[in-house]
Amino acid sequence: MLDDFFIRALLAGLGLAVVAGPLGSFVVWRRMAYFGDSTAHAAILGVALSLAFGMSVYVGTLAVALAVAVMVSALAARGQAMDTVLGVLAHSALAIGLVAISFVPAARADLNSYLFGDILAVGGTDLALIWGGGGLILALLVWRWQSLVTATVNEELAMAAGIDPKVERLVLSLALAVTVALAIRVVGSLLISAMLIVPAAAARGLASTPERMAAAAALIAAASVAAGLWASLQLDSPAGPSIVAAAAVFFAAGQIFRRI
Amino acid sequence: MTALIEARGLTIHRPGSTETVLREVDFRIEPGEVVTVVGPNGSGKSSLVRALLGHMPLADGQVLRRPGLRIGYVPQRVQVDTAMPMTVRRFLSLPRRIGDAEATAVLARTGVPGLEGRQLTQLSGGQFQRVLLARALLHDPNLLVLDEPTQGLDQPGIVAFYQLIEDVRRETGAAVLMVSHDLMVVMRASDRVVCLNGHVCCEGSPEHVSEAPAYRALFGTEAQGTLALYRHHHDHDHDHGCTPHPHGADHGHHA
Repeated sequence: MLDDFFIRALLAGLGLAVVAGPLGSFVVWRRMAYFGDSTAHAAILGVALSLAFGMSVYVGTLAVALAVAVMVSALAARGQAMDTVLGVLAHSALAIGLVAISFVPAARADLNSYLFGDILAVGGTDLALIWGGGGLILALLVWRWQSLVTATVNEELAMAAGIDPKVERLVLSLALAVTVALAIRVVGSLLISAMLIVPAAAARGLASTPERMAAAAALIAAASVAAGLWASLQLDSPAGPSIVAAAAVFFAAGQIFRRI
Repeated sequence: MTALIEARGLTIHRPGSTETVLREVDFRIEPGEVVTVVGPNGSGKSSLVRALLGHMPLADGQVLRRPGLRIGYVPQRVQVDTAMPMTVRRFLSLPRRIGDAEATAVLARTGVPGLEGRQLTQLSGGQFQRVLLARALLHDPNLLVLDEPTQGLDQPGIVAFYQLIEDVRRETGAAVLMVSHDLMVVMRASDRVVCLNGHVCCEGSPEHVSEAPAYRALFGTEAQGTLALYRHHHDHDHDHGCTPHPHGADHGHHA
């Protein structure tokens, strides 16, 4: 059954969805949307470096995403005007990545698949990495959950309870960087943060506690993967953008139902 | 040591600079005592609290905490983002989970029973402060630290909130350390007042501090109001200097 490209695509997308739900919720709660963008866009630079040096794309994107995530955390800790700094970083990371990739002929041919993902081409190794890495991130989030949520609500309250908000920020940065590396084959550099933010935003109106929102976001992300892949087969549309478009439909539907 | 927390020669710099926020502050709070820190904006009140809690690096001096000290903390300006769904019940279980019965009891204790299912963002200012106080009362604290807990409350709300804190202190015997702007109310509710302006400019019983020239220089006309509270048994003496000492009883009476 795993031989079928559609089943592999579905499994890869679902593996990403269960991580994107809870992690994306933190991105929404902490207003880290641009942070996600910076890290994800920098992944293109990672792709260029990987192909230039003949490494696995996962290794290169993970290394660059980690570097950017740590850099952004450091800037945030120094109290920079974050949306401007992150806006600069997000777009310059993408631009520099695109310039770098133009020097690597092998990557140039595949540029679209790195920008928008190529979920229909994932193989067994990709699946193992996505589910293995995704499992690790989920375990990390579950392990730190109470501390992460407390530090997100209020850093002073967290510190009074013996929690170091800097550690929790770092945990989230690491989780984000790993997720970016895992997601680049599935939805591509440009749509990773959409996969994080759109399902979580759609879940916001449905949930009364952080846990329920994280679970609802994972379910919506999973439904978006299924619906997007199905639409992509029916309409012969690109898979990554179709998945994000499906998530956007869920978001819009949620907004309309809340009004009624 | 008998004190719950004691600070000696505490000096603090503004984070990331060498600008001094607090200089050589000695401070202590005994079990069961209600101490209020007053001072103008930027006088280092919140820095003192944060240093006592260990949330801030010290440039000099030391802070000693009694072993077994359990602090219940109500920080200044808790702003819960609307992006995050959070019921009162869930909030009480952060970061340590508590049982439903305990949650019900502590909410009733702080005068906001039955709010478990409400979203934090839907609470009024007064309800929110009471929920914060409820959370601080969990796990049996022997010191409550409240940093401007009545910000954003109206006058009746402020009076009711301090009444609640007094009740809680009487029942639990916990010491209370408050930072406050509400001079009038605070002066009546405290055992000891510390007037801060980068250093301790005067300290002692409310009567003593309200008479001190340093205090009146800092707070101007507002201080006149608190002074009036004590004028019936304390004449004010402009020539009297203000030196830190715990009791105002040896002040001159010129009635």
